[in-house]
Amino acid sequence: MTDILAEKTVRWIALAFLATALASFVLPDWIVNNLMFGLARGLAVLGLLVLWRTGLMSFGHGLYFGLGAYTVALLESYVGITDLFLRIAAAVTVAAVVGFVLGFILRRYRDIFFAMLSLAFSMVLYGILAKTEALGSTDGFSVSQTTIFGWQPGNKQPLFIAITAFAFVAVILVQIYLRSTLGRLTTGIRDNEIRVEYLGYSVAQAIHIKYVISTALAGAAGGMMAMALGQVDPDSMVYWTVSGELVFITIMAGPGSVAAPFIGAVIFEFLRTYAFELAPYAWQLIVGTTLLGIIFFLPGGIWSLLEKLRGSGGRHNV
Amino acid sequence: MDTAFTILLDGLTYASYLFIVSAGLTIIFGVMKILNVAHGSFYAWGAYCSAYFVGQFAEMGLPDWTGFFAIAGSAILVGAVLGLLIERVILRRMYDQEEILIVLATFGIFLILEDVILLVFGVNPYFAYQPMAYLGSIELGGITRDVYSLTLFALAVVIAVMCWWGLNKTRWGLLLVAVIHDKEASMAMGINVQAVSVATFVIGATLGALGGAYIAPTVSVAPGFAVDVIVLGFAVVVIGGMGSIPGALIGSVLVGLLRALTVHKMPELELFVIFIVMSVVLMFRPEGLFAPAKARKI
Amino acid sequence: MTISIRGLLKGAVISGLAATMALTSMPVAAKDKIKVGIVSFLSGPAAGPFGVPGRNGAELVVEALNKGTMPAPYNSKGFAGAQLEPVFVDESGGNTKQVAEYRNLVQKQEVDAVIGYISSGSCLSVAPVADELKRLTIISVCGSPRLFEEGDRSHVFRTTGHAVGDSVAASLYVRDKFADAKGYTGINQNYAWGQDSYKFFDLAMKTLNPNISASEKPQFPKIFAGQFGTEISTLSLDSAELVHSSFWDGDIEAFVLQASVRGFFKEKQFISTLGASAVDRLGKKFPKGVVMGTRGEYGILIRRGGSALNQWFVKAYRDKYGAYPLGPSYQYGQAVLALKLAMDKAAEKAGTFPDQDQIIDEFKGLSWDSFGGKISLSQGNGHQAVHPVGFGITDWDDEAGEPVIKDVKFYPSECVMPPAGQTGLQWLEAGMPGSTCLK
Repeated sequence: MTDILAEKTVRWIALAFLATALASFVLPDWIVNNLMFGLARGLAVLGLLVLWRTGLMSFGHGLYFGLGAYTVALLESYVGITDLFLRIAAAVTVAAVVGFVLGFILRRYRDIFFAMLSLAFSMVLYGILAKTEALGSTDGFSVSQTTIFGWQPGNKQPLFIAITAFAFVAVILVQIYLRSTLGRLTTGIRDNEIRVEYLGYSVAQAIHIKYVISTALAGAAGGMMAMALGQVDPDSMVYWTVSGELVFITIMAGPGSVAAPFIGAVIFEFLRTYAFELAPYAWQLIVGTTLLGIIFFLPGGIWSLLEKLRGSGGRHNV
Repeated sequence: MDTAFTILLDGLTYASYLFIVSAGLTIIFGVMKILNVAHGSFYAWGAYCSAYFVGQFAEMGLPDWTGFFAIAGSAILVGAVLGLLIERVILRRMYDQEEILIVLATFGIFLILEDVILLVFGVNPYFAYQPMAYLGSIELGGITRDVYSLTLFALAVVIAVMCWWGLNKTRWGLLLVAVIHDKEASMAMGINVQAVSVATFVIGATLGALGGAYIAPTVSVAPGFAVDVIVLGFAVVVIGGMGSIPGALIGSVLVGLLRALTVHKMPELELFVIFIVMSVVLMFRPEGLFAPAKARKI
Repeated sequence: MTISIRGLLKGAVISGLAATMALTSMPVAAKDKIKVGIVSFLSGPAAGPFGVPGRNGAELVVEALNKGTMPAPYNSKGFAGAQLEPVFVDESGGNTKQVAEYRNLVQKQEVDAVIGYISSGSCLSVAPVADELKRLTIISVCGSPRLFEEGDRSHVFRTTGHAVGDSVAASLYVRDKFADAKGYTGINQNYAWGQDSYKFFDLAMKTLNPNISASEKPQFPKIFAGQFGTEISTLSLDSAELVHSSFWDGDIEAFVLQASVRGFFKEKQFISTLGASAVDRLGKKFPKGVVMGTRGEYGILIRRGGSALNQWFVKAYRDKYGAYPLGPSYQYGQAVLALKLAMDKAAEKAGTFPDQDQIIDEFKGLSWDSFGGKISLSQGNGHQAVHPVGFGITDWDDEAGEPVIKDVKFYPSECVMPPAGQTGLQWLEAGMPGSTCLK
């Protein structure tokens, strides 16, 4: 395991996260807030990255994002728990359990069918939430301040640091997984499934595991978003546009590295803020053009751009 | 008995609307293996052009029925112009890419065209009710219906027949079927797959535009008009089988009738009945109910 | 001249006294400009019927107050003497975006206050942030009753009523005009606003019109569905004659167009609580005889009457924007009026330019003359407005060539809004105890 920590990528990531956490002491509130949203989304995109490397793209991860978010909210309104660790644990558990169950179905599909089925599932949840008045329907309901072992912080900064820490831990765990044997199967499956089967591994099982990992991450991300936003509602958490945003960030960031999702998510957040201010009627134009641009000119995403600039020598990242 | 008849008519009307929307989508997928999100753009642009021209004709004092020409004209205009534009500029470069990436590219195109609509047509809605008003109403099954929606049904039938005839009885149709089955073999046989693809895309685009153009007189055409339609179209295409016209037909009728039944008997379920059907079909017959058979390739 | 020490001392004392007098009588540097964020939908489907009219209403009032050209009692210049610089922000993009935008406004652009919010989602998300950042926020349109029901708010005010009032007033109008009806049903969008609107209407009807039976199948199509053929058929088959709807924008227009052709409005009595924008847009195409409301003493209900202030507003708006002011125009405009009034009063009390806490003190429980009528912040601990809510019947004025509303009735706030201490839902379920219109 120590060789993981010696890896250059991991060192840089650790540094980046530390810098981010420290920066929260000096950066203005609104930037910290945007960063929080970015980190939360980045975590969900990390999960999609694992799937994307396998050759699968889910158009319905809003399902787990939403499950995580609503779990946090319901935990408070029904059981009164507002503790940070319990909230995240619950969000991850619920999302992972549902992911495990649905994984049995989804693991048999590929490509467009996988995408469409995941979309359909997420829209079913949306429909349920939108018409359940006890859950506030489309208005949703609010989530109060997160407490840490009983201490109620005055502002969102401790939450930000905690999210940064969690994200970092998740990144390390995913990196460890990707270095493991099962993890290395990821790209193998994308390239040629039948050969992987001949090697003796069960592709279906491998995909199932990756799916559960991605859903757990998305659930955690949704929980964090709920805590950062202070409000949950189906349109912000489950609707297909949420899944679409995550897919967009995944493509924009590229599958090159576990750090890419966070960079992509943060860029997306700020792109959105400024694009909206400058050109409220052209927001979709900007997103669409960026998407096309990435697909045509930078298929490896922004990360591949960074790699080129860094002069990628001795790359062992897949 | 009146109720059953009403439900049937409602279901078929809605099915017609779905079919016109999804026919183009399924053709394009069949030939080019592209799930074209920008189909929503054809729909929206068709609707805006149609609404605009119907409005113009009305302002010029022309009689209401000229609106129909505006509708047909808009569909062809949008189909040809947008279809060719998109195919030439974007899709031609993407044929080797992964399916998912192509879908995302079409999504990007859709977003761009949505904002272009805002720039060209503005934020305010357009009304084009003249053709619908012209046809008036009729009593059927104990309630009053608008004749216009019945013509929608007629239009769907015409399109379905034309597709069937085109695919089975013309040489061009046979070429299309061949390409759908196996692109490489078709190329090996000397079929100009490129031309077939372009032609198919334009036809699909025109059908999508026709859907929007024909619907325009019944609604207020405003920004955001097409967003829902894409998801509905996808659902129908998935249910019926991607690439199959009879599949799109059956899928539309199934969803249309089911929805009509739900709205009449259990309105609260309306919101996600279509997605449940889509999920069920995907789980038990992922190729759809009528997909063309595909041999597994190693 | 010789300078004597005594002379110097005298001079020093006199100068010192003069300086002290000067310093104490000089006011603390008066602020001559304040910045206020104005948030409404500037893009997307809600822009046309709500966002842009709201923005325009705010802009018109801000300009008039800045110049001092508004009629009495608002004819003094400025806001506690200061000029207001509006910062217009688009409300679209979802709640997450709106929360981020709100923080931008307050922390990056450093606005002194924020006015706006139409969608329930945005106002419910932004309210806790307003309290967290301690910035005066005036909600102008958002109609969800939940805003102050989840708890008191320190920095948030709402200068318009909420959905409960609309639905109760509709039921009262039914009692006044359609007491012989046999049944009622509804067609509302399947999201919080539509669900709440119908639920409140249903409960109010059970209390006020117990002899009119509820339909088993009220319709809840997806928002922006656009195609209502099946719903119209179902409603046609339903024996209920009264049809309640909180449809707005594209949906009300599509519904009206599709239903008119089918003779729907001849057989059914349609009650629209929020469709007024369609009346102007569809013009002659909008059916006559529809019960129409505007959520208060706003828009088309008082277009041709009301106070001198109202007539000024209608004319000025028309001159500037080429259209009549709608409900949101009134709602945004009156929020700006309230801000001016609170600031002026606070300045008078403090003797100098007021700080935010002083303004909030005056804002609490404020009562003022809006264009339509009087608005009082008498609920939510002085933060939530109550005002009369009215309904009327659509008609067409051939001579003037424009739509008009007749048989208008306004129901006072003590009649249609829940009293302090009860949520809207509780009050309705209990049979509206304390309402002055129960008989």
